[in-house]
Amino acid sequence: MTAYLLKRLLIGAATLVVASVVVFLMLEVVPGDPARVMLGMNASEAQVELLRDQMGLNQPLIVRYLDWARGLLSLDFGKSYTYSVPVIDLIRERIVVSFPLAVIALALSTLIAIPVGLFAAARRGRAGDTAAMAVAQIGVAMPNFWFALLLVYVFAVWLRLVPAGGFPGWGAGAWPALKALILPAVALALPQAAILARVTRAALVEVLGEDYIRTARAKGMPMRAVMWRHALRNAMIPVLTIMGLQFAFLLAGTIIIENVFYLPGLGRLVFQAITQRDLIVVESVVMLLVAAVVTVNLLVDLSYALVDPRLRTRQ
Amino acid sequence: MTQWKTILAAAALALASSTAAMAARTDLVLGMPLEPPHLDPTAGAAAAIDEVLYANVFEGLTRIGSRGEVLPDLAESWTVSDDGKTYTFKLRAGVKFHDGSNFEASDVKFSLDRARGEASVNAQKGLFAPIDNVEVVDPATIKVTLKNPLGSFLYNLGWGDAVIVAPETAETNKEKPVGTGPFKFQNWAKGSAITLVKADAYWGDPVALDKAEFRIIPDAAAAIPALLSGDVQALPNFALGDALAQVKADPRFKVVIGTTEGETVLSTNNKRPPFDNLKVRQAIAHALDRKALIDGATGGLGTPIGSHFAPHNPAYVDLTGTYPHDIAKAKELLKEAGLPDGFKATLKLPPVGYARQGGEIVASQLREIGIDLQIIPVEWADWLKQVFTDKDYDLSIVSHTEPNDIDIYARKDYYFNYDNPAFNKVIDELNLTSDEAKRSELYKQAQKILADDAVNGFLFELPKVGIWDAKVEGLWENSPIQANDLTKVKWAD
Repeated sequence: MTAYLLKRLLIGAATLVVASVVVFLMLEVVPGDPARVMLGMNASEAQVELLRDQMGLNQPLIVRYLDWARGLLSLDFGKSYTYSVPVIDLIRERIVVSFPLAVIALALSTLIAIPVGLFAAARRGRAGDTAAMAVAQIGVAMPNFWFALLLVYVFAVWLRLVPAGGFPGWGAGAWPALKALILPAVALALPQAAILARVTRAALVEVLGEDYIRTARAKGMPMRAVMWRHALRNAMIPVLTIMGLQFAFLLAGTIIIENVFYLPGLGRLVFQAITQRDLIVVESVVMLLVAAVVTVNLLVDLSYALVDPRLRTRQ
Repeated sequence: MTQWKTILAAAALALASSTAAMAARTDLVLGMPLEPPHLDPTAGAAAAIDEVLYANVFEGLTRIGSRGEVLPDLAESWTVSDDGKTYTFKLRAGVKFHDGSNFEASDVKFSLDRARGEASVNAQKGLFAPIDNVEVVDPATIKVTLKNPLGSFLYNLGWGDAVIVAPETAETNKEKPVGTGPFKFQNWAKGSAITLVKADAYWGDPVALDKAEFRIIPDAAAAIPALLSGDVQALPNFALGDALAQVKADPRFKVVIGTTEGETVLSTNNKRPPFDNLKVRQAIAHALDRKALIDGATGGLGTPIGSHFAPHNPAYVDLTGTYPHDIAKAKELLKEAGLPDGFKATLKLPPVGYARQGGEIVASQLREIGIDLQIIPVEWADWLKQVFTDKDYDLSIVSHTEPNDIDIYARKDYYFNYDNPAFNKVIDELNLTSDEAKRSELYKQAQKILADDAVNGFLFELPKVGIWDAKVEGLWENSPIQANDLTKVKWAD
């Protein structure tokens, strides 16, 4: 188990180092000058040069990389070119929106998907299964920005139960803040739940054909108990893998939903930073997301070991 | 469900009427598509900075009014010496910065010297280059000496980039702006909203609003439901597009179409063959059909222009007839230029709706005379690099939103690559003239030269589309400069 854990940790660390080089170099070749973006079309070339100096953009590539990488290790990401505040502050402001949103959406999607998957697998081939999977198919196919706008028109414009968008901040109280996250979380969760339900069903169906299930049934165990105790546990590995991927997506890939609900999340921070060529912000947030994905994968790997004792003793 | 809705509506009504006690509202939430990168108008070109702070939080010696006129602001009055080089400003008394310190002549000297100083990163540093010396006469009087007379000097002082800041707070204005205006900065929730509140002691007419919030809503499709749900009550700069139709017929809202200072042009690289040939540029001008372009790119809301000048300006002359839409004539000119079969060129388009949609229409119009354009969409930062800085382009489409900016055609190395000594002479003379009638005459000459030379394809003036609650009064209809002046805004009872 320790060797397994160590190996996973090493792979994670190596991924981070390689990613930092790739991210840094990739953004270097993107055309565009942050100083010119700041000063616009009326500023002279000499002035743009002056601002580049002030931003530290005229230093050699390797110096800038090492400065940045050294900062990353101590969680000092440097200063944003456009906002001129520490990048870590920007990230902190955004993560208090993106992280709870991702957690709520994932919880919601799991709460919907697992029972639906169980329900459909238990009735494989019958009307209940067909109906559940048809709904899930619609969920997979539906564009989430469209679904989000639909939610806004029903619950914000028509019923006026929740705000149409925006985020009042946690300072405004837990309830107003949560209220602002309900619709975005639902809009994010349902398409994910549809995918997860299909994966759960497929995994369960496969497990249900195994000999030990027949044995459990033969010794007189009720179907319900077989489902929960034997089938679901054995079907968990593909489900956990998908959940891990989904969490990473929910943390970073929610730019469209953030735009529809104008939420100040990480996705919009990166998008804005890219258009303004605020490279240091882009680099730092991307690295943070890489770290998040590596961590999530590590946790998923560990959870395999939890649900499957064989993985604990192997090696 | 209907019953549900009735109960809810009744409850909402009861709540609203009990708390508001019939008094007019004093708060306003405005939606804006782009977030300012920071809050210091003297350190960045982004229009969003001025759209929040100009006239609300920061004030200059002069200011620009809703019709583009120059008004006294922190300078109560001024005199100009006979040689037109020395301006003596009498400053307003009893003005305080929001941090409680007094506004004095030394603050003016500091602000102007900072903007023109060596380390200045003011995006409009050129505005301050003509200043030779700034002298504090006494705490209420300031004397500015220019290197040469400059007719537009008082106008220039009204730009957002020329607002007066205090030395103690200048460095922190990006995060916590401190000005002299009727509103003071309260909070900036990054990515979300900027809140201003009424300042405690203001020297001028008291404002009606107690609180104003600028909420960042990047997507037009999201801004409309925000307006419909009542979360936001005004969208002063709404993106052109289909979403407009949704509120146009709704009596709860006003849709106001105004003008801007945005001359939208088919930028042309005047030094690159074959565009260095006047006949080719004239052929392009004849091939363009402004009506079709305006309908397609602005929903019919733009105003056609024939030169680089805003139609609402008193010195405007209509030159749209210089090269009327005439395909046969255009083909004839191309033949005379030795290109009877047309040619291939590129059209680099920045990521704005009018450019991307307009670009496709321009390309199809020029194809009719055999000019085959390859459309290359570029990002904004990329556009500034390739087109604006490196001048690596044939044609592009962009709106030049700076007010009164016809002088850019006289700038050396500007990205149009246009150099006409006769035009430069007119601009030089304009700078030395302060008599309004004479200036107007020179502006007309300048417009005529650009139109005749067909420097760029002159397309249309960008419209300003504002949507707000029908009970909101006093927001600007036009946009003579980029600002959301809230000083006269109030709710009707």
